[in-house]
Amino acid sequence: MSQFTINLLFVGASFALYFGIAIWARAGSTKEFYVAGGGVPPVMNGMATAADWMSAASFISMAGLIAATGYYGSSFLMGWTGGYVLLAMLLAPYLRKFGKFTVPEFIGDRFYSKTARMVAVACLIVASVTYVIGQMAGAGIAFSRFLEVDKDTGLIIASIVVFFYAVLGGMKGITYTQVAQYCVLIVAYTIPAVFISLELTGNPLPAFGLFGDHAGSGMTLLGKLDQVVTDLGFTAHTADIDNKLNMVLFTLTLMIGTAGLPHVIIRFFTVPKVADARWSAGWALVFIALLYTTAPAVAAMARLNIYTTIYPTGDYTQPISHAERPEWMKNWEVTGLLKYEDKNGDGLIQTYNDKSEAGKALAEQNGWKGNEFTYNRDILVLANPEIAQLPGWVIGLIAAGGLAAALSTAAGLLLAISSSIAHDLVKGSINPDLSDKGELMVARITMAVSIVVATYLGMNPPGFAAQVVALAFGIAAASIFPALMYGIFSKKVNDKGAVFGMLAGLIVTLVYIFMYKGWFFIPGTANLPDNAANWIMGINPLSFGAIGALVNFAVAFGVSSVTEETPQEIQDLVESVRYPKGAGDAVAH
Amino acid sequence: MAIDKATAEKYWSANLRLILGSLVVWTLVSFGFGILLRPMLSGIAVGGSDLGFWFAQQGSIFSFIGLVFFYSWKMNKLDEELGLQE
Repeated sequence: MSQFTINLLFVGASFALYFGIAIWARAGSTKEFYVAGGGVPPVMNGMATAADWMSAASFISMAGLIAATGYYGSSFLMGWTGGYVLLAMLLAPYLRKFGKFTVPEFIGDRFYSKTARMVAVACLIVASVTYVIGQMAGAGIAFSRFLEVDKDTGLIIASIVVFFYAVLGGMKGITYTQVAQYCVLIVAYTIPAVFISLELTGNPLPAFGLFGDHAGSGMTLLGKLDQVVTDLGFTAHTADIDNKLNMVLFTLTLMIGTAGLPHVIIRFFTVPKVADARWSAGWALVFIALLYTTAPAVAAMARLNIYTTIYPTGDYTQPISHAERPEWMKNWEVTGLLKYEDKNGDGLIQTYNDKSEAGKALAEQNGWKGNEFTYNRDILVLANPEIAQLPGWVIGLIAAGGLAAALSTAAGLLLAISSSIAHDLVKGSINPDLSDKGELMVARITMAVSIVVATYLGMNPPGFAAQVVALAFGIAAASIFPALMYGIFSKKVNDKGAVFGMLAGLIVTLVYIFMYKGWFFIPGTANLPDNAANWIMGINPLSFGAIGALVNFAVAFGVSSVTEETPQEIQDLVESVRYPKGAGDAVAH
Repeated sequence: MAIDKATAEKYWSANLRLILGSLVVWTLVSFGFGILLRPMLSGIAVGGSDLGFWFAQQGSIFSFIGLVFFYSWKMNKLDEELGLQE
């Protein structure tokens, strides 16, 4: 059987499963459509949350990112998991107790202000739409690499699948497909990692292999990797960094951004009780950690593997020749993700850091004319099964896994978008007399339109697609998270405080990002070059969300203390979300 | 709502204390051991690197899981003790 047939079989089978679930889990009411009827068991919700959260970026790109950035890449690991501690303690249980359908609805009710609700809707839509573009683009890439179809055709197939289960089943259909998608993606991610770990360290658990011994050299794995990369002129994989302030802020931005992303928060509205919301956050973190503790191992091992493949004897004067390169390099050269350029015309593959002093010295000694081998960082995950010489079905599994990661996140985001448009904008503002059936129809139509828009944007990604994910985290961190925190933990912060706080946090964050990335990401409009020398106090625009959140907290507090007190019924509302008793169903309408 | 004021206050301040304690640990394992205090911990070797690197790459994640389950267990127990469960 050819690899193409195997891939087709795996992806086809996973899609058939999602279709089956869609037909089984149709939504009959708005409650089923928005919060899956409020009856999802905590472990299952944890699994669905993990799939919802882990995007194409987590699955395909994160290991490569950590391989490229070494220790600094730990920010992604800590940031994207630490946010769940905040969710479990500061947001999820109380918002579950509040028992409504959307994040803007809580903000609108708690701050007794339609303006606050609309600001929240705007933040939610910008954050979610920017995020969904990346997912659709990721699905397109997975299709074109593994199924040899045109990227646009792949995207259309993917959106038809999402359309089917998301429009038909809403949150109910999405939840149960996400559970299945989690299983597909975690198996796909783990199997190649286990084999590569066995091969390099003899330990079947990659997370422990990472801190274990390297088979064959008598050194530790990380020691060996550090030695190889520093010999070749790179910074050591585990080397500490100087700009700690930026690393702290970047990690913090990812943490509070995670806690403030609406598509994650609404997953906690689907469990039966407040106690379940707490457990559920724990289970989500366990399921996420399975991948997040494997990723740094894949990063280190795959990185080492590439250099030991090219320099098999460990002698840097004897790289392999291009003619006898392994099969996987040939396969991936075709895709353009892996490139070889014989700069000194000797037919051998020399790879090193040609920008560093140590690398230049090495080149001088050996007559090298520059680095000849470059790879796209996504290769580390996508080509992992071939590098570890695993059978064809594992490659098929990676294809299905990458698609599962992209589609599950896309569906979660689309639901967050359509529920806030149908529930907050149409029902909450434009036509409050809408019946439940009518609202369900509006939600379905909005979902369908959102899918079409997301597909279009996935096909024609705006030039700034790579930068917008930073925008999503910045917005969630600077606007939504502080408003929710105050809504629960303070009785003093009033409508004006919340609105001005959110706007202030949002604006300073946007201004700082636009200053370096260009206004509305239009090329050529940046005020300052985007590099460390020009960043204020060395703070990267991607790390600024945490500062935006601080501004939001300060402004909201300041404005509230000089304006009138919150009404008694709002103070009672705050009081009521703090205690689980009397929570009832997710519909207190 | 039929929750008496004293019970409510006791519950909420216990919750705040628990959150505060958990957040101190949360800060320590990530921003502390994983980032700011790493140079201080560089003498403690862990599998080819140092303790700070281990915390940054997986120790913090394990601690986060422990924290969330500990918090859930404590709070769910407190709910029942004070009769505030659903």
